[in-house]
Amino acid sequence: MNIVELERATLRMGGRTVLSEVSFAIRAGEFIGVLGPNGAGKTTLMRAILGLLPPSAGTLRVFDRAPQRGDRRIGYLPQVRTMLPDLRVRGLDFIGSSLNGERWGLPSLAASDRRMIEATLDAVGARDLANRPLSDMSGGERQRLLIAQSLIGSPKLLLLDEPLISLDARHQEVAIDVVRKVCREHKITVLFSAHELNQLLGTLDRVLYLGNGQAVLGTVEQVIRAPVLSRLYGTDIQVVRADGHIFVMSRGRDVEVSDHQHDHDHDHGGHEHHH
Amino acid sequence: MTTIMAATSIITDMFAYEFMNNAFAAAGIVAVVSGIVGYFLVMRGQTFAGHALSHIGFAGATGAGLIGLAPLWGLLGFTLAAGIVMGALSERISNRDIAIGIVLSLALGFGLLFLHYYTSFATQATALLFGNVLAVDRPMIATLAVLAAITLLALGLIMRPLIFASLQPELAEAKGVPLRLVSTAFLAIVALAVSECAQIVGVLLVFTLMVGPPAAAQRVTTGLWSGLLLSALLALGEAWLGITLAYHTDWPVSFCIAVLSALGYFAALSLPALRARRSQADMLGSRND
Repeated sequence: MNIVELERATLRMGGRTVLSEVSFAIRAGEFIGVLGPNGAGKTTLMRAILGLLPPSAGTLRVFDRAPQRGDRRIGYLPQVRTMLPDLRVRGLDFIGSSLNGERWGLPSLAASDRRMIEATLDAVGARDLANRPLSDMSGGERQRLLIAQSLIGSPKLLLLDEPLISLDARHQEVAIDVVRKVCREHKITVLFSAHELNQLLGTLDRVLYLGNGQAVLGTVEQVIRAPVLSRLYGTDIQVVRADGHIFVMSRGRDVEVSDHQHDHDHDHGGHEHHH
Repeated sequence: MTTIMAATSIITDMFAYEFMNNAFAAAGIVAVVSGIVGYFLVMRGQTFAGHALSHIGFAGATGAGLIGLAPLWGLLGFTLAAGIVMGALSERISNRDIAIGIVLSLALGFGLLFLHYYTSFATQATALLFGNVLAVDRPMIATLAVLAAITLLALGLIMRPLIFASLQPELAEAKGVPLRLVSTAFLAIVALAVSECAQIVGVLLVFTLMVGPPAAAQRVTTGLWSGLLLSALLALGEAWLGITLAYHTDWPVSFCIAVLSALGYFAALSLPALRARRSQADMLGSRND
C-alpha cells in the first residue's frame, strides 16, 4: 500500500512554483531520506502532506485520500524556528499542550496522558526532560523532546523536518538511532529531511531528492549519481564515493557542507550540555 | 503582645475608610485578572504589544473625555479595536517592535492632542497615566467585576489552543488550530485586561501587574497551573501591599506597587543563584562533619 502518492502534482508557495508536476509513491514502512538544497521544497512537501497546502495541479494522496489537516495518523516535527529561548515550561507540559491542543476550553492532562508522555520519553531515552524547563535544555535535549512528541499517539506516518539541525555529530547519531529503532519496531513510514546524506546511509530505504522544481525517488545507487543530481541542482555535480561515504560536489566544493554552513549562521539553538 | 495589637490596628485602621475598602476590592479584582492574562502575555513574548495597547487606550480615554463619555469606555473601545486589528493583521506585525513602537507613540500623541482641546480634563491626565485606585467608587467596582468575569471566561474558552499555538505554532497549525483566530481573540482579552489594569495603576504602569508577577512566577515554577496561581497571588499581594504601604507612607499607590513588582521579579531572578549557593553550603557543611 502506498502511504503518500503524488501524481503530476504541482506545489506553489507565495507565487513561486516549488515542485512542478512531480510523481512518486512512498510505500508503507519505508524510511525515506528527503534531501536537496535549501528552498528545494522539503518543508513545502511536508506541509502539503499535512493538508496545509493543497497542490495547485495534479493529485496528492495520503493514506489513499486527499490529505486532511489534523490527521492523527501523522506525527510531525516542524523545523524549529520559533521556539522561544527562555520558555519556562517543563517538558511534560510542553508535550501535554499538543495533546488535543486544538480543542477549546481549559487545558488538562489526564493520568493516562501523562503515562503516555512519560513512556514515549522513555522510548527516546529522555525521561528526565519531563520535569525540566525548556529554557534549561540544550539544543540536543530540545530536539529529543520534539522527537518524542512527534511519536505520541502511535502515528503511522512520521514527518521529520530537519531534525538534525542544531545538533552536534554525537547527538545527531543518537537522534537517528532513536527514530530508526522506534519506527522499525512499529512499522512507521518516515520522511526524514536532512542536509547530509552520509549519516542516513545505514538507515534509509530510499532517497527522495528534491531540486529545481523536480523530485527523484529511488535507492541511493539510483539517485545519487552525477547526471541525476546535476539536473536537480541545475549545475555540474560530481559524486565522489570514498571510504563508505558519498560526497556531492560542485566545482570542487561539497554542496551539502556549504548548505549546512549556511544554516549555522541562522542557528539560535541552545548551548550543548555534555553528560 | 502589644506589637501584635499594634500591627492589627495598623491594618484595621485602614478599613475604617470606605475609599480604602473600595481600593482593596478593585485592586484585588484587577490584580488577579492581570496576573493570569499577563502569564500568557509573557509566555507568548508579547509584553510589548500589551504595553502598546495601554498607550492606545490612553488616546481612547482622553478622546472619550472630549465627547463626554467616561474614560473607561474610551479606553476599552480603543484597546479592543487595536487588539483585534493587531491580531487580524497577523502574528508577525503584533510581534514587530518597530511597528508597535511607532503606533504607541502616535497613540500617546493623539492622547495629548485630545487633552489639549479638553483642558478641564487635564487634571485627570495624571490619573489616567499613573492610576488613581483611591478614587474608585462602588459602581466602578461592579463594572470591573463584570469585565473581569468576561475576561477570565473568554480566556478559559481559548486557553488550550492558546497554549498550544504559543508554544508550537507550526505544529498547532498542522493539527488544525486556527492560529489567527486564537491570537486575535487573545489580544482582545489582553485589551480587556489592560483597560481594567489601567484603572488601578494607570496606562503607563500596567506592566507592574501584567508583566512583573507572571515573569517572577515563571522563574520560580515551571508548571502551568502552579505558575498561573503564583502569578495571580503575586499580583494580588503586590497590589494590596502596595496600597497598605501607600496608606502609611503617603507615597503614591502606583509607585508602591511598581516597587514591589520590581522587587518580586528581581527576587525571583536571584532564586536559582541562592539555591545553588545553599546546596554548595550544604556540601561544604557535610564535608566538615
